Amino acid sequence: MVASTSKYKYIVCDPELCIGCQLCEYICSYTKTGEFNSYRSRIRTIRVDEVLITAVSCRTCEDAPCVRACPRDGLTQDVVTGIIHIDPQKCDGCAWCVEACDFGAISINHETKLAEICDQCEDVEGGPQCVLICPKDALEYTTPDQRSQRTRKKLIKSSLEFPQIARDPR
Amino acid sequence: MHGYSGKILHIDLDERKHWSEEKPEEWYKIYIGGVCMATRLCWENIKVGCDPYDPGNPVCIANGIFSGTPVPVGGKYGLASKSPLTGVIGDSLSGSWFSVALKRAQWDGVVIHGASKEWIYLFIDDDRVEFLPADKLLGLGTYETEEKIREIFGDDQVRSATIGPAGENMVRYANVTNDGRQAGRTGHGSVWASKKLKAVAIRGTYGVTVHDPETLLQMSFDITEQAQGPHTAKYRIYGTSTNMLNASKEGFLPTHNFQEGVFDFVELVSGEYLDEHHKVKVIACAQCPIACEQMSMVKKGPFAGSMTGIEYECLQAVSSNCGIGDMTAAIKMVDISDSSGMDTMSMGVSISYAMECFEKGVLKKEDFKCKKYPEGFEPNFGNGEAGVALAEMIRDKEGIGKLLSEGTRIAAKTIDEERNSESWKWAMNIKGLECPGYDARSLKTFAMGLAVGTRGGCHNRSAAYDPDIKGQTNRFTVDDTRGVVAASSEEYAAVYDTLPMCKFIRRCFTGKADRAGAWPAIAKLINATTGWNFDYDDVDLIGVRAHTIKKAFNIREGWKSEDDDIPYRWKHDPMTKGPGAGHVVTDEELNYMKQLYYKAKGWTEEGLIPKQLLIDLGMDDVAEEIGV
Repeated sequence: MVASTSKYKYIVCDPELCIGCQLCEYICSYTKTGEFNSYRSRIRTIRVDEVLITAVSCRTCEDAPCVRACPRDGLTQDVVTGIIHIDPQKCDGCAWCVEACDFGAISINHETKLAEICDQCEDVEGGPQCVLICPKDALEYTTPDQRSQRTRKKLIKSSLEFPQIARDPR
Repeated sequence: MHGYSGKILHIDLDERKHWSEEKPEEWYKIYIGGVCMATRLCWENIKVGCDPYDPGNPVCIANGIFSGTPVPVGGKYGLASKSPLTGVIGDSLSGSWFSVALKRAQWDGVVIHGASKEWIYLFIDDDRVEFLPADKLLGLGTYETEEKIREIFGDDQVRSATIGPAGENMVRYANVTNDGRQAGRTGHGSVWASKKLKAVAIRGTYGVTVHDPETLLQMSFDITEQAQGPHTAKYRIYGTSTNMLNASKEGFLPTHNFQEGVFDFVELVSGEYLDEHHKVKVIACAQCPIACEQMSMVKKGPFAGSMTGIEYECLQAVSSNCGIGDMTAAIKMVDISDSSGMDTMSMGVSISYAMECFEKGVLKKEDFKCKKYPEGFEPNFGNGEAGVALAEMIRDKEGIGKLLSEGTRIAAKTIDEERNSESWKWAMNIKGLECPGYDARSLKTFAMGLAVGTRGGCHNRSAAYDPDIKGQTNRFTVDDTRGVVAASSEEYAAVYDTLPMCKFIRRCFTGKADRAGAWPAIAKLINATTGWNFDYDDVDLIGVRAHTIKKAFNIREGWKSEDDDIPYRWKHDPMTKGPGAGHVVTDEELNYMKQLYYKAKGWTEEGLIPKQLLIDLGMDDVAEEIGV
């Protein structure tokens, strides 16, 4: 059961377009650590039954369950952007936030044993780097509202055949 | 040293122990990775002259220089052993996260020695190696095995190379699969089975660093963008299957076991047809921005539910080559082959060989008895159900499938001895490896390129079909340019196979695929990764060295010039239809071109390599052993 929707922006992946190349993981881990390592990526691709492929990162839920789950108040949510911040001083790697997340968007860093989550590259020029590198434009930095608007537009375009004459200026 | 860890992992299955071997930077500059490094590891570790199924034949895995970095299509590894099909070097490539996991586990290569008594699989967990019983994995298909292993370790990032049931049964052309891609040819799967090795699983958790990440990323971004344009459109939209129509029009599409080059029903098995009726999803190999794998599904009919990736070489082998104009049967046959882990090309040609044996009366209906058809069946060309049944029989080594699972060379020899027949005349293999999807009677440079190929009938190692098809050479005649053309095309291909990078990216560096278009960019990528100072000539030498070490391996295993040959059919039976009609490659033409080729390589008339040439390439120890 999905806990929450969001009014905030987040990175969403279109499984129709995703080819599973994992370049998003490469660029994410490099941006955050200077190394290429999927284990350190805050966006993760998944592939099931060979052809079901997508990528998942933080969906900036409203009243985020991960924030509520942290017993040490180590997680806070930016009220403007919805981005979840993890305080490394307070986090002790207990992974309650990992369990609370319905999307599997939080990982525990193997080396530091602390929780890590997508921060939408808020301090990086150009914004989310994974969106920039995605070769198939499967990743989008968007909100649910924008998504549904776009889907409606796409639907009407594909289902209505515009008579060419209607578009000719008379 | 960036790009490499400097360490090769050795694993002994007899003693169940492992050790690390350190290699100097100079060694990596010569052997780089992929098929070249894998062959070199095989050269260093094989018991010379051993049977391919002997424990002394090692499994050699060599990683790619760009694996684990964002360099597009650089996530590949090379695999080498002595091939059970050819008895000489069997070198294969596969694009996969297996190579990325290996890179993150900080091993440049893996050499697996000896043989286990019980079925096992290996788990390389960064620095640790575990020898685990494979009971729970036996009988599982290739992809199922990977999923099972991930389930066992509870980690999606554990990546495995596996063999399927065909491998376990030691089908001679069984292969090794990872992430639905295969190190496809020359029978690695049966070598693994001879060691009772079901899978190699890897978890690598270390980060990968490069010398100059800014340059590498900028170039990767640019190449990724180029790879979305016209340079790769063919691969992205239809995949390589789009070759079907053109190959038939040009008259070199293998049809009815290479009897003809034009297929009457080609439109029913074309890439375009596949796209319209069967495509469900396009997927990519590791770090690949192109995505050429056209996942295709049979939606109705007797083979409904079959799904696998379809590309040209597999498709032609099981469709036109078997006369089958039914895409659903073709997908089913490729699915059987992929999920059980065997080389679809060798399987298809083995089936078409059996079909011709049946049509010529060498094999009879009762030779095709099996559980499914207790009275036997009649595998005429075009019989899709028979094709599917034969694929299953080969996988299970049931009935005639047992013989066909040995490949066309051994099958023909056995049948001809038993029945006093001459079926060897239509056993379409070169050095024991079944021929690819280009009929070489009307591609004469390619005919010679295949003949001299170090791993037998393979279009990936000799790329000489390219100048023939593009009209850079006259494909119907021979002349004194062909030696240089064939040598140059195979060395060009060997650069990509050694880095390794997928050749489909070749136009995305500058828009031009030739050496001048690609080598400077590749040199820059190598330098940004490693901190070396490679230039155009260094990149060009990668291909020369790769080919030289493979040839040297073969010479040491007893290769002779007369082994550089093509099938009887291409020399004696002309086709009757299409642009290629009436053409054959005569012995005189072949020998003439072979001499031109040896000369272009700087080898002797017998095809042996002069000592000095090897020393100049930095292979002194090789010169010592086989140089003349």
